[in-house]
Amino acid sequence: MATAKMRVYRGDSSGGGEVEYDVPVEEGMVVLDAIHFIQANYDGDLAVRWNCKAAKCGSCSAEINGMPKLTCKTRMDSLPLDKPVTVYPIKAFPIIKDLVTDVSWNYKVRKTIPPFKPAKDTKWIMYQEDVERSQEFRKCIECCLCQNVCHILRNHDKKDAFAGPRMLIKIAELEMHPLDTDDRQAFLRTDAGLGYCNITKCCTEVCPEHIHITDNAIIPLKERVADTYFDPLQWLLKKFSGSSKQ
Amino acid sequence: MANGTAQSSITMRKDAWWVGPLVTATILTVFGIYSTWRAFANVDFLVEPYISPFYSPYILASWWPLSPALLILWAPLGFRATCYYYRKAYYRSFFMAPPGCAVRPLAKEGSYVGETKFPFILQNLHRYFFYAATVILLFLWIDALYAFKFEDGFGIGVGTIILILNAAFLSMYSFSCHSFRHIVGGKLDVFSKCPTRFRIWGRVSVWNEHHMSWAWVSLFSVALADLYILLLAKGIITDIRII
Repeated sequence: MATAKMRVYRGDSSGGGEVEYDVPVEEGMVVLDAIHFIQANYDGDLAVRWNCKAAKCGSCSAEINGMPKLTCKTRMDSLPLDKPVTVYPIKAFPIIKDLVTDVSWNYKVRKTIPPFKPAKDTKWIMYQEDVERSQEFRKCIECCLCQNVCHILRNHDKKDAFAGPRMLIKIAELEMHPLDTDDRQAFLRTDAGLGYCNITKCCTEVCPEHIHITDNAIIPLKERVADTYFDPLQWLLKKFSGSSKQ
Repeated sequence: MANGTAQSSITMRKDAWWVGPLVTATILTVFGIYSTWRAFANVDFLVEPYISPFYSPYILASWWPLSPALLILWAPLGFRATCYYYRKAYYRSFFMAPPGCAVRPLAKEGSYVGETKFPFILQNLHRYFFYAATVILLFLWIDALYAFKFEDGFGIGVGTIILILNAAFLSMYSFSCHSFRHIVGGKLDVFSKCPTRFRIWGRVSVWNEHHMSWAWVSLFSVALADLYILLLAKGIITDIRII
């Protein structure tokens, strides 16, 4: 049986460092299994947030060999085991203990998004082709990996100016909803800071649900904002035809 | 505050994340040098019945002292420079903003303004460059069709095939564009009321999934088409007539 050297970050907001553990690797094992092995056999107080172990709850996000991933979805045999495997807490959010970070900022931002607003006399009939785009965005498990990998939040710490990819797909879901009547263009441009995104697509690369965050949500939103603020032809058309919402 | 204390190095990634940006930067630099040289050269761009895509449409203006290529190349250059795919490519490979996912950007942390300020706010004009580049594309198709017309009548040479392929690849690149996808239907919230636009949007969405591939293929094809005509004009190679 192969043995993996796991270098796990142990510490809290005051500091910490890597601790190395030898973990026997079994067939089908994922990184979260290795963390559980460490808890059971070496350090029972190693903190890790997890819930479903099925890549659906979005709790076990961490940085494995430097890449943001779900620990429950990362198989040990997908990693080069001839070198130590590093497991760190996600970088963009404040550490609480070991692999657990405080992601509450995301939920605060989520609350600021103007909610779904149907017309008063809405007939609740929708066709599949009208809701299909939004359904892709509803696959989001709120693991915050996209928020974590986004350099605007991760490195530049623009949390006061940029809502992040997860929030942008939430806004896209609402904006593209056939029965929604609200207009979030101004919110997108100012509060959500859409202009900060330089579409380097890291959010899409790390999404465990394979949501096309950039191509299907962020870029269409940028185009909608361009319609309103950067395209005089569209602006004129809107003046004549009324709101872009239907 | 971000959790900076746990990770202070440039990156903890162990894979070869730097290969992609390096290859991209190399190719774009070589293309940039070659196309700039060719655009200013103002020679060796016409060998009947072929014309280099860098010089089409050929505009002879007495008031313009420089190469006529400069009168038109702003359109495809602007289209590529503001393209959503190329933005990713050059932000990563030249501006290192960031060079790779989970890799520290080059810019001082906190100094980033993205596309909210000049000059990058101008990326929002992508659709206008799309319109302009589409006009140029129309001329490239005319050139490609004209490449069947030899002195002795209808014919097909290697150059004909190259110009046809170039126009086709450029068309796929143009019409898989994110702005075009938005214009044809992406802006709608209720597709069921516009079934034709929904079908077109669906088709463009399929092309759009391969926008990156079309961006590279068309970049190579336009450079190779020009190079082929340059080599013909210099007499280094001769065109092979197939028909």
